Amino acid sequence: MNALMEARGVGLDLSGQAILDNVSFTLDAGRITTLIGPNGGGKTTLVRIMLGLLRPGRGEVRRAAGLRIGYMPQKLSIDPTLPLSVGAFLKLADSDKRNHRQVLERTGVAHLYEKPVYGLSGGETQRVLLARALLRRPNLLVLDEPVQGVDVNGQEALYQLIARIRDETGCGILMVSHDLHMVMAATDEVICLNHHVCCYGSPEFVSTEPAYEELFGRRTALYTHHHDHRHDLHGDRVLPVSHDQGDTREDTP
Amino acid sequence: MMPEFMLLALLAGLGVALVTGPLGAFVVWRRMAYFGDTLAHSALLGIAVALWSAIAPGFAVTLVCLTLALALLALQHQHALATDTLLGILSHTSLALGLVALYLIPGARMDLEGLLFGDLLTVTAADTATIWATAALVLLLMARLWRPLLSVTVHPDLARVEGVNATAVNGALMFSLALVIAIAMKVVGVLLITALLVIPAATSRRFARGPEAMAVLASIAGGLAVILGLAASWQWDTPVGPSIVLSAGLLFLVSLLRRSAGR
Repeated sequence: MNALMEARGVGLDLSGQAILDNVSFTLDAGRITTLIGPNGGGKTTLVRIMLGLLRPGRGEVRRAAGLRIGYMPQKLSIDPTLPLSVGAFLKLADSDKRNHRQVLERTGVAHLYEKPVYGLSGGETQRVLLARALLRRPNLLVLDEPVQGVDVNGQEALYQLIARIRDETGCGILMVSHDLHMVMAATDEVICLNHHVCCYGSPEFVSTEPAYEELFGRRTALYTHHHDHRHDLHGDRVLPVSHDQGDTREDTP
Repeated sequence: MMPEFMLLALLAGLGVALVTGPLGAFVVWRRMAYFGDTLAHSALLGIAVALWSAIAPGFAVTLVCLTLALALLALQHQHALATDTLLGILSHTSLALGLVALYLIPGARMDLEGLLFGDLLTVTAADTATIWATAALVLLLMARLWRPLLSVTVHPDLARVEGVNATAVNGALMFSLALVIAIAMKVVGVLLITALLVIPAATSRRFARGPEAMAVLASIAGGLAVILGLAASWQWDTPVGPSIVLSAGLLFLVSLLRRSAGR
């Protein structure tokens, strides 16, 4: 098998509460796995465990020999007093400038090389972060909310870029996402996480699961952004009944 | 001709400014000003410990600062109090404890003003040598750890995933801070040490295009403040420590006239 990483019965309690319980899944080379779930459902905690930043309280995480993780954090908050150019930012991971050019060209932001990191737009920051993750020539990319702070057009382009990187390098990708539209189109496997794995499988399979619909229904109540969008397309009244159906129909290719 | 005590004071002051530049840059980037202030306040307790136990003062101050730094890091994980509340409690409690402890030591005749605001003009040749040796040690440590230090400052988790031992790097920074507090005490006193860390670094920001440049420029700004402060003190017979900090503050004001280089 080409499994890169495997979580087996991973659990973690924080001050008496189970943040994660009995979470098991496998990350394979060449496949995009997306972690979705409500806020506070343990997504970030699980990612930190997979990255080795946090020890699981129960269960274990197995890593393939020779695993190199490229990590793209959710955001970058650099103090404005720190004068750091994009090039200097990449130098923190790799001192070879030729590699800097290469990864920046790959993520389409080579023109930002001299620009200070503080003051980049949301989309530019994400592409620079992705470039730094690629510097390590990873066979597993872990992307935490990769389209955070990116406008809608930029989001689609970024998801396409991520899929292209997977195609070209054959690396496995674990992605945390809020956005169900994009997730369904650009992923091989979906894990719905709400402290435990509610459902897990291909997008087509997962979208028919009752647990997914339950989670999805709750999510739409939480994320009013989706809500507004539906309003524009369907009008006010239809919303509560047709919402779930409408979304799944669109997302399933 | 400059009298010997002035020359020694100048040398000692410049030695401290040399190291507070790069270290201060990290204090500013990591928003640790209040943290540094708390450690500096505990230095007084270090002096008390030195008098009680006959340990060398510099050593005792470093030890007490490090202990407090570890206590702070442990308490921060409790999340029961906001960090600035915690710092506020520890900063002033340790200062008060130091003052009371010094008062209680039998027969100790302390120059409290010197401890609080510095006493650069009484610096000895041995003091100056200690200052330069310590400064060299800290600068060497920071130069060797420069990239991981910067990486942890920019994004701790990302640095860890890339294989940086963030705990060790942060420990080295705390150790450096404790050492520098121990030597800077003589120059500006426990109450003004943070000023020497923060002000030159903030001054250099507008002239620096990269972190390394900012660290070097901060040393230069600190050195200038030392020279100007000593000159002012010589000219108008003002207290040296506050004169140096005031000079640093004036240099910062002047730097505001320049548009930022980094944008």
